[in-house]
Amino acid sequence: MTRNGPLALTFHVLFLGFLLAPILVVCVVAFTPEGYLSLPTRGPSLRWFAAIGNNPEFVRAFRDSLLLGAVSSTLAIAVSIPAALAIARHRFPGREAITALFLSPLMVPHIVLGIAFLRFFTQIGLGGTFAGLVLSHVIIILPFALRLILAASTGMDRAVENAAMSLGASAWTTFRRVTLPLILPGVASGWVLAFINSFDEVTMTVFIASPETTTLPVRLFLYIQDNIDPLVAAVSAALIFLTVAAMLALDRLYGLERLLVGRGQE
Amino acid sequence: MTAVPNAGAAAPDPAAATTPPAAGAAAPRLWAPYLLSLPALMLFGGLLVVPLAMTVLLSLNSFGFYTGIQDVWQLGNYIDILTDGYFHEVFLRTFRIAVSVTLLSAVLGAPEAYVLRRMNTPWRGICLLIVLGPLLISVVSRTLGWALLFGSTGLINQGLMAVGLIATPIEFMYTETGVVIALTHVLVPFMVLSVWASLQRIDPQVENAAVSLGAGPFTVLRRVVLPQVVPGILSGSIIVFALAASAFATPAIIGGRRLKVAATLAYDEFLNTLNWPLGAAVAVLLLLANILIIVGCNRLVERRYKQVFE
Repeated sequence: MTRNGPLALTFHVLFLGFLLAPILVVCVVAFTPEGYLSLPTRGPSLRWFAAIGNNPEFVRAFRDSLLLGAVSSTLAIAVSIPAALAIARHRFPGREAITALFLSPLMVPHIVLGIAFLRFFTQIGLGGTFAGLVLSHVIIILPFALRLILAASTGMDRAVENAAMSLGASAWTTFRRVTLPLILPGVASGWVLAFINSFDEVTMTVFIASPETTTLPVRLFLYIQDNIDPLVAAVSAALIFLTVAAMLALDRLYGLERLLVGRGQE
Repeated sequence: MTAVPNAGAAAPDPAAATTPPAAGAAAPRLWAPYLLSLPALMLFGGLLVVPLAMTVLLSLNSFGFYTGIQDVWQLGNYIDILTDGYFHEVFLRTFRIAVSVTLLSAVLGAPEAYVLRRMNTPWRGICLLIVLGPLLISVVSRTLGWALLFGSTGLINQGLMAVGLIATPIEFMYTETGVVIALTHVLVPFMVLSVWASLQRIDPQVENAAVSLGAGPFTVLRRVVLPQVVPGILSGSIIVFALAASAFATPAIIGGRRLKVAATLAYDEFLNTLNWPLGAAVAVLLLLANILIIVGCNRLVERRYKQVFE
C-alpha cells in the first residue's frame, strides 16, 4: 500500500492534535497544585483528586451512575436476546417494522426523549426516581445491545443447536448450553457498549434526574454551568482515565473498530 | 451523546438460514417470534410510543403564568414559534451551526479517513483508536476541555498572544465560532467512521489500475477515490447534521445562557420558564426535522448511489 506524503502526514498530525488537545488539557489542569485553573507549573499535585473524595455529591453521583449503567445494560441485554433471536431466525409479518421500532431511539434526539420522559414520569408518579432513570436508559441503550447481539446470532451456525435438540436437549437447555455460549461475545460487548452509553448520557438524563438521584455527567454539567474550577477538571480527568481503561479492555475483547463501524462477526 | 447511529450499516439480513417449520409445529412457530420480542415490544410501546405521543398532545395545550398548563387543544404554540422573531433567530442559529459543523467535519474527517487507510498496520490501529476513542469519552468532559482552552486567559489566547499574532484576546466563549469548533470536535469521529466504512469497500486494485494507466496521484484521488466515497461522506453528513442540530451539552456550556440553540431553548422553557407546552412544541419540531432529514436524505443517497450499496 502506498504511504502518505509529507503534506498528508502534517494534516494527520494536526488532526490528531485537534482531537487530543481538549482531552489532554483537562488531564493536565487536573494536576494543578493551585486553587484556581492553571497549568501545574510548580509540579503535579493530587490535591484536586483528593478533593473529589471530600465532595459527597460527586461520590454519590458516581456510585449512582455505575449502578444505573449496570442495571440498565443488564435489563437491555435480557430483553434484547430473545428479540434478536426472533429477528435473526424468523421471517414474520411486521419483522421490518419491529426492527425499525427497536432501532428508532437512535433517530430521536435525546433532548426530545428527555422532555417526553419528564412529562410521562411526572404523570405516572415516577418523576425523579431511580426506577425512572433505569427505564429511560434501557430505551436509549437497547439499540446498541440489540445490534451486536443480532450480528452474533445471525452469524451463528444452527446445526449445533439442531444436534443438541436431536440428542434430546430441551429448548431451554439448548438455549442455555449451546445458543448462549455461542452468542456470548456479542452479548458481552453489547453489555459494555450499552454500559458506556448509559454512563455517558447527559442530555436526556438532565431532565429526569432529581437532586437526590442524579448521575455523574449531569452533576458535572450542572456544576460547570455555575463555575469552572480545578475540581471539575479533576472529576473529568478521572472519568477520562476510566473510559480509556474500559476502551482498551473493549479493544482487546472485541476490537474497537469492529464495534464502532458496526460490522458483525467476520 | 455517545450515540453511534450508523445510518450506513443496515441491519444484517438474517432469516436466510431459517429452516422450514415442520407441519405439526407450525402453530407454535408462527407465534414464536412475537412471543420472543414481546418483552421488548411492551417496553417500547409503554416507554417510547406513549411518552412521545403525550409530548405531541402536550404541545397542543396552552400555558398561562397564573393558570399553569391548560387542557385545551390548539395550535397556539406552533403559531407563536412560526411568527415570533426570537424563535426564528434561535432556529436559524441552530441551522447555521449545524451546517458549519457538517461542512467542517466533512473537510476534516474525509481526508483523515483517507490518510488513515493509507497508513501501515501498527500505526493505523493506534491512530484509529485515537480518532474513535473520544466517541466513548463523556461529552461534558470533552466540552470542558474546550472551555479551558477558549477562556480569555486560556491556552489558545495565551499562545496566540505570545507568538504575537494577536494583541488582545479573541473571545471564543459564548460565540458561535466557539460552539462550532467544540461541536466539530465532538462529532467529527462520526464522519471519519462513515468515510472509513465506505473506503473499506473500495478495491485497491482500481487505484493501481489508474496509476498504471498514467494517472497522477491527484487525478486518482479526484477521479477514482472521491466518487466512490461520496456516499460515505453524505451518510456521515446526515449523522453529523442531525446530531449537531439537536446537540445540547456543548452549546449549553460553550454558548452559555444567552447564545440559545433549539435544544437549550427547549430546556429553558421546561426547567426555567416552566412553559412546558411551548417547550414540547419546540421538541416536536426538532423531532420532525430530524426524522425528515435522516429518512429523506437516506432515501436520496440510496437512490442516487444505488450501485454503490449493492
